[in-house]
Amino acid sequence: MSSDKQLQTTQEARMGEGVDDRFNSKLREAFGSSPFILTKFDKFMNWVRGSSMFMLQFGIACCSIEMMHTYAVKHDLDRFGAGVPRASPRQADVIIVPGTIVSKFAPRMKRVYDQMPEPKFVVGMGSCTISGGPFHEGYNVIKGAEEVIPVDIHVPGCPPRPEALVYGVAKLQERIANGETSPVTVKPYELEQFGDLEGDELVRHLADEIDEEDLVMRYNWAESR
Amino acid sequence: MSLEKPRPSTTDHVGVTEQGLDYEALADLLGDLVVGRESHINAEGFVVRPERVAEALGRLKQQAGFDHCSCVTAQEYDDRFESIYHLKKYADPTQEVSVVVPTSRDDPRSQSGNSVFRTADWHEREAYDLMGITYDEHPDLRRILLPETWQGHPLRMDYDQEQPQVVTFREHANPLKEDHREDDADTMFVNVGPHHPATHGVLHLKTVLDGETVADVDPDIGYLHRCEEQMCQQSTYRHQIMPYPDRWDYISAGILNEWAYARAAEDLAGLEVPEYAQVIRTMSAEMCRIAAHLLALGTFALDVYGDFTAIFMYSTRDREVVQNLLEDLTGQRLMFNYLRLGGVAWDLPEPREEYFEKVRDFLDDLPAKLEEYHDLVTGNEIFQLRCVNTGVLEPDVAKSYGATGPVARGSGIDYDLRRDDPYGYYPELDWDVVTEDGCDNYSRVLVRMKEIEESAKIIGQCVDLLEEWPEEEREIQSNVPRTLKPDNDTEVYRAVEAAKGELGIYMRSDGTDTPARFKIRSPCFSNLQTLPEMSTGEYIPDLIASLGSLDIVLGEVDR
Repeated sequence: MSSDKQLQTTQEARMGEGVDDRFNSKLREAFGSSPFILTKFDKFMNWVRGSSMFMLQFGIACCSIEMMHTYAVKHDLDRFGAGVPRASPRQADVIIVPGTIVSKFAPRMKRVYDQMPEPKFVVGMGSCTISGGPFHEGYNVIKGAEEVIPVDIHVPGCPPRPEALVYGVAKLQERIANGETSPVTVKPYELEQFGDLEGDELVRHLADEIDEEDLVMRYNWAESR
Repeated sequence: MSLEKPRPSTTDHVGVTEQGLDYEALADLLGDLVVGRESHINAEGFVVRPERVAEALGRLKQQAGFDHCSCVTAQEYDDRFESIYHLKKYADPTQEVSVVVPTSRDDPRSQSGNSVFRTADWHEREAYDLMGITYDEHPDLRRILLPETWQGHPLRMDYDQEQPQVVTFREHANPLKEDHREDDADTMFVNVGPHHPATHGVLHLKTVLDGETVADVDPDIGYLHRCEEQMCQQSTYRHQIMPYPDRWDYISAGILNEWAYARAAEDLAGLEVPEYAQVIRTMSAEMCRIAAHLLALGTFALDVYGDFTAIFMYSTRDREVVQNLLEDLTGQRLMFNYLRLGGVAWDLPEPREEYFEKVRDFLDDLPAKLEEYHDLVTGNEIFQLRCVNTGVLEPDVAKSYGATGPVARGSGIDYDLRRDDPYGYYPELDWDVVTEDGCDNYSRVLVRMKEIEESAKIIGQCVDLLEEWPEEEREIQSNVPRTLKPDNDTEVYRAVEAAKGELGIYMRSDGTDTPARFKIRSPCFSNLQTLPEMSTGEYIPDLIASLGSLDIVLGEVDR
């Protein structure tokens, strides 16, 4: 027995002669001969989530026009693994909020957000979702999307250019890959049953009109400036 | 020239003379209904007692031929509330009259004009919602823009914006349930929207289906009511208001909207606009119209075919070209803020030749592209099956609802303010008003596509003019005072032909640098009112097609 043979590793010894046929896939080739990928499951899932995001088809106002342009030719958000808008919130995991949210729409938006499966992410598009934007002083305008749902990424602009939205989505992917979650900075308005509201003057006044079980959203305008 | 048009004669109507409207004859017609007179910049106003509104409107409509109730404005004075009905004629919109209805402060209550003009229905609901005027004999007086549980009327002077509000989120009941005598009712209630791919924004259609047929449809709006009128009322004339019009009809139609405000404010303050600026305005406005109509076409194909691939992408591709041209000119893709009172913000981009070349390239490519659209859309048999003879809107019905723009022109109503109430540089150019007699979804789409061609014609002529314009005469703005304070208590209602139809602004000044009342007459608001007429009794897919062919934009419906 020569000394060469003794220096062989067990693996090499078992390979035998001839063409190495274990690398039967690109993935294997990339990871080497080991049949295992060593990663944390969390990290893997974050990578998956960031690389294939299903957006909700959700148009509110002016920004939705620029959002459509971002999805369509020229800007083509699909290049970044965030392409096809889904019509149903049950199939979506990212919601872009593209526009001004007013008192009548906020409960509906909250419901749409609640219908999305976890984990879900929110991109606030435009100044209106930051502060109400140019309509900040309106009697009917919610002062930012964060008053209703938590927002991961804010894209400022009125409206932001498609490039800015693409950058926002890319930033979101980065955050997701790092496993970061959105900070909740304000306590959002909740949908609650009318019967659970504190019985102040307004609630007593409306008691004839609204059932105890009806879902309501109560806006305290004085607190949100 | 195309503008020397055969107009239907209005001379057999009361008050029409060679020199224009004879308001004395109209006053005689109304007789003792008139308790006072007012003078607005655009028209004379007749003050009418609140309990005799329908009679006065009826006489003006039947005998004097005022068949277009353009807008209903409600406003508050220190001592009274007031509703103004702005009446016009479809045959000649320069013939205008205002019917002013003052009501007491303690109990603002006046008769509804709904029995004469069906469009008054929604306009009066809006006045009730925002100003709190009650209209007697109104068929369905409830809030329209704000949630039904809202407290107070926000455009009143004493409204407290800080007070809390409770908004409900509840299921809607089937409004036809009561009508079923037997228990196994066959109608089904469907909410279309407010978040739905086919509603073009946040519109909510309360729909009752009988099988596949629409038994009842009630558009529920107000999901994008972002207080545009309040915003304009607290901004100064000179610079602060101009950005807001961009956000009413936000489908790249910004400059058309800006023009509506510019025209009204220039008339209010008596400002001149240099001819050179008018040409630039005309050119950029028509670019906006092309962009808006292309989106209307793309989304309509999306509604009818449900395809996100070909036509929608093609129209987006072509919109990008227009948006690039507009961006070169204004610096913005969507919210241009380019017009100024008395002119435009700045001159064409340098080098001018390069810009003209880009515009010409776009115009040269357009016919081939439109040919492509005709192949894909209007020439397609499936499309024709879906659209011909669906969503029929008869001209009389369209008029009574105050429909304007491509919706009216698709019903054969020859009404285009660019020609009929001339402004800008349109009277000097050679172009045609497009009408179609089909009254159906197909006609409305066809009108938009042909209007793209006409707009291209206008842009081409403007480019020729601008190229030849001598350098020393390129005046982009007239001399406008830094702070505008129009005379106290001056009132004006002016409209332009925006992408969707007649976009009007009513303004009343109170001697300060902000308007005391700023009312927007949105074409989409009136056009959307015709939806139940078009789709009740039709199949539900036709309802979606009709909605798409109306081409509403919710920012303008709700304001």
